[in-house]
Amino acid sequence: MHLAKHWRQKAAYYRLEGQRHRVTGEVRFPARQATVGESDEAAEAWEPFVLSGKGEIYSFSVVRQAPAGFEYLAPYPVALVRLAEGPLVTAQLTDCCEDDLFIGQPVEMVTRRLKDTGKDGVLVYGYKFRPVLTQVKGNG
Amino acid sequence: MQPDRPVGILGYGCYVPRYRIAGKEIARVWTDGQGGVPVQSKSVPGPDEDTITMAIEAARHALARAGLPARQLGGVWVGSESHPYSVKPSGTIVAEALGTTPWVSAADWEFACKAGSEAFTASMGMVASGMVNYMLAIGADTAQGRPGDALEYTASAGASAMVLGPASEALAIIEATVSYATDTPDFFRRAERPYPVHGQRFTGEPAYFHHVGSAARRLLSDLGRTPQDYTYAVFHQPNSKFPQSIAKQLGFTPEQTAPGLLSPQIGNTYSAIVFLGLSAILDIARPGDTIFLTSYGSGAGSDAYSVVVTDTLLERRDRAPRTADYLARQEFIDYAMYVKWRNELVVG
Repeated sequence: MHLAKHWRQKAAYYRLEGQRHRVTGEVRFPARQATVGESDEAAEAWEPFVLSGKGEIYSFSVVRQAPAGFEYLAPYPVALVRLAEGPLVTAQLTDCCEDDLFIGQPVEMVTRRLKDTGKDGVLVYGYKFRPVLTQVKGNG
Repeated sequence: MQPDRPVGILGYGCYVPRYRIAGKEIARVWTDGQGGVPVQSKSVPGPDEDTITMAIEAARHALARAGLPARQLGGVWVGSESHPYSVKPSGTIVAEALGTTPWVSAADWEFACKAGSEAFTASMGMVASGMVNYMLAIGADTAQGRPGDALEYTASAGASAMVLGPASEALAIIEATVSYATDTPDFFRRAERPYPVHGQRFTGEPAYFHHVGSAARRLLSDLGRTPQDYTYAVFHQPNSKFPQSIAKQLGFTPEQTAPGLLSPQIGNTYSAIVFLGLSAILDIARPGDTIFLTSYGSGAGSDAYSVVVTDTLLERRDRAPRTADYLARQEFIDYAMYVKWRNELVVG
């Protein structure tokens, strides 16, 4: 069930928590642990930081042959999103279809159900992005 | 019931999914389009949405309006009859997503369509007693109706969130509340069963009208008020007709209830609906306006509240999307897509 894997990622997945450098203000996502050879001082210069969730589509594609567990969503768009703070993340787009999308489009983070791991498993929640709510029109 | 320490709403947030299904589309499948429909359309959760995801979005808006860091919340309480887990609280996941953990009371409330109202009244008590300064009360549901049942036309999805705190910091003050509850078998769902059933003759008059009417009349009497003393009123909305009928019986006018009457467009969002109606009113209300609110939950009970808008509303209103923004982004789907998303297809 990979319970520990999902649990460990909850801060990043649920609320887009990364890290910010205390001196330079640089933001990185996802958060990283200290790397081999890095001093304690250098590692501790990074503090937890919740990103704004604002960004724009850097590029996108549409998944038509979905991996196991995502078949019911297909076809669904996946994008590289350039976040307002700088990092580039890969994520599903939601509440939209291919025709709604363009490169450079403003998007915002939402927490959605990423995966159902089965009737005796957990529901995995995490970030997706959608076109900015107040700029969306429907077919109604 | 009036709090010793005055309590108010510091921030409010709403959420309605993007998708809709028209009543006439459901009727096309089940009745060959014959007969009337109880609402024009209802909201449908997307395939990656549930009570928890909708609660999170509404809660983020409520915190944004309150201008309150999530860690200051003393509690995150989620009322729903469609918690995604039978055992594992929605409240902890919502609290984690907001960044409120670990020093917080996280809990789930249940009372059919009144679960959000339960969380709201209990949150009033927490603030009024001085045990905590700020509470987050959420009502959220992805309601289920048996395919072909009358309920399928109305059982919809949405969420509302209210940050409660000291009245001195509030955009609206909750003057008083009353609760009225009896054992009434009007609507229920046994454990392990997928769909609820109506308790035949108990639906309607002995359930909704008796409980909503009793709570509403008692609160008006306790405060020495009449319906004319209120600018707006919201009643629980299981369909379009019931809230308009009870409003008329009590002496409220269509002008008072129209801004908060959302069920014709989005159906019955269960635990969320009265607070979504309140959100829609707060989106347009002016300082000094008064709002009368009455919830209803099958089983059965009603909570009534009297609310007064303060000057603070004007500076906080535009910190988050309005209810109308969610109502406007409607994307209609057909019955086939609706069935696919509800996992009612056996794919093997």
